[in-house]
Amino acid sequence: MEIYKPQHTINKSESVIIIKDLYKSFGELEVLKGIDLNVFKGENIAILGKSGTGKSVLIKTIIGLLKPDKGTVEVLGKEVETLSGKELDALRLRIGFSFQNSALYDSMNIYQNLAFPLTMNIKNLSKNEVDQAVEEVLESVGLRDKIYQMPSDLSGGQRKRIGIARTLILKPEIMLYDEPTSGLDPITSSEINDLINEVQQQYNTSSVIITHDLTCAKKTGNRVAMLLEGKFLKIGTFENVFESDDDRIKSFFNYNFIQ
Amino acid sequence: MQLSGSPNTSKKYLFSKGVDEFFSDINKAYLFTITFFKQALTRPFHFREIINQSFEVGLKSLSLITLTGFIIGVVFTKQSRPSLESFGATSWLPSLIGIAIVKALGPLVTALICSGKVGSSIGAELGSMKVTEQIDAMEVSAINPFKYLVVTRVWATMIMIPILSLYCSFVGLLGSYVNVHSEEATSFINFYKNAFSTITFTDLFSSVIKSIVFGFTIGIVGCYKGFHATQGTRGVGRAANQAVVLSMFLVFIEEIVIVQIANWFRNY
Ligand SMILES: Nc1ncnc2c1ncn2[C@@H]1O[C@H](COP(=O)(O)OP(=O)(O)O)[C@@H](O)[C@H]1O
Ligand SMILES: [Mg+2]
Repeated sequence: MEIYKPQHTINKSESVIIIKDLYKSFGELEVLKGIDLNVFKGENIAILGKSGTGKSVLIKTIIGLLKPDKGTVEVLGKEVETLSGKELDALRLRIGFSFQNSALYDSMNIYQNLAFPLTMNIKNLSKNEVDQAVEEVLESVGLRDKIYQMPSDLSGGQRKRIGIARTLILKPEIMLYDEPTSGLDPITSSEINDLINEVQQQYNTSSVIITHDLTCAKKTGNRVAMLLEGKFLKIGTFENVFESDDDRIKSFFNYNFIQ
Repeated sequence: MQLSGSPNTSKKYLFSKGVDEFFSDINKAYLFTITFFKQALTRPFHFREIINQSFEVGLKSLSLITLTGFIIGVVFTKQSRPSLESFGATSWLPSLIGIAIVKALGPLVTALICSGKVGSSIGAELGSMKVTEQIDAMEVSAINPFKYLVVTRVWATMIMIPILSLYCSFVGLLGSYVNVHSEEATSFINFYKNAFSTITFTDLFSSVIKSIVFGFTIGIVGCYKGFHATQGTRGVGRAANQAVVLSMFLVFIEEIVIVQIANWFRNY
């Protein structure tokens, strides 16, 4: 399979996500302790960090599943916390969220999984239009033949692809990926990395990719941010971040390298 | 008074950890129920999903309700006969059975069977959707999971359990008739006429109302436990289990309360 590096046009004068001084705790557990982040239009940003550092918490705060204790999250020009239910829904339609374990609806087949967000949000679509949209996104993730199978019949990598397809059907402007390669073998991981880049190009998305997989961060991220103990230690290109002399970054690199 | 509803404020306990959690649980359940009433009568209604869920409720419990209802009819009649005979009052048998089954046994047995069969399956299904983030997935696709999952299921149980209760009463009386018929040659129609002779409209009405309350309880408890499942697959089993225990408990309490209220109405 052809490997291509992100060469997408990135507009550094326009930010689609602006996070300022974000704090989040659960009871006495302080998870995020002052996060600042700008995601530029058209950019893929990879956020690296060990398990349990709060990567999922961060990404869930961006889409309003969790509320910040302090600080602001602005997405596509809207401050998430201040939105009414309807406004939040409108914003969410412009964001795709790929879950760590795909979160496919296991009572529905693949066709129904993909059609569900579409038919629930856009009234009066004809059967033909829905079929077409479903086929288009299945084509994008290369799983056209699985259309009438159940999620339980698919492999982990295929489920990830369908999860991504399900978000693409609403033509999002921003994609949020929660550990897209976790639990997958290296070859499948590599295919998912390619898919993430293809989505960026084909659908013109800006993306946040949460991962603890260095290869994934390197291949998909135009920039990489290193999350440690609730804060970003360093943000920059992959090379930039890992040329650092900081022992904590070095140890993360070594740890992953051995794995 | 501040209860430890939000995790952020729970560093200091008002009473103790257990007591505070108990009150916070009650508060959560209360808010969950209020949310149901706020959303039950607003658009979109998801009629198709309500119908689907109603079928699910019916399919899951129909065979067991048929069997149990019939057996209760047969056994109850068989057991009551000797004591009525000793008063020379066997002709009262159908109306005694009628009252017992339509007013008490039918709704109660149906509710208990559905707590087990339907409550546990709602708890397990929503619980597994919760822990595998399917509920979050709905929310981020701008679909209201409460409406789509909870409201439809509670409507389904509220619609189906009264129907199943009436069906259970009918099958129970059928079982009773089989027993009666083996002893004396009563026609089926006559038996039913006798059985319903002492049952008033208020009886039937309160019996149906009671079943709607049971249906609401079973639906909302299953959904609540499922929606609040935590800690992976273990949480799913726990949600299913707790849904059964709690809904059975509440059904008994409601039975007592509703019988009391119905009696007051009768006396005034
Ligand atoms: N809803 C929640 N309630 C309580 N604690 C949570 C919740 N979500 C996450 N946490 C805790 O926050 C920490 C970070 O979790 P998470 O963001 O999932 O880590 P990861 O970086 O592996 O994605 C963990 O210790 C987790 O237990
Ligand atoms: Mg995570």
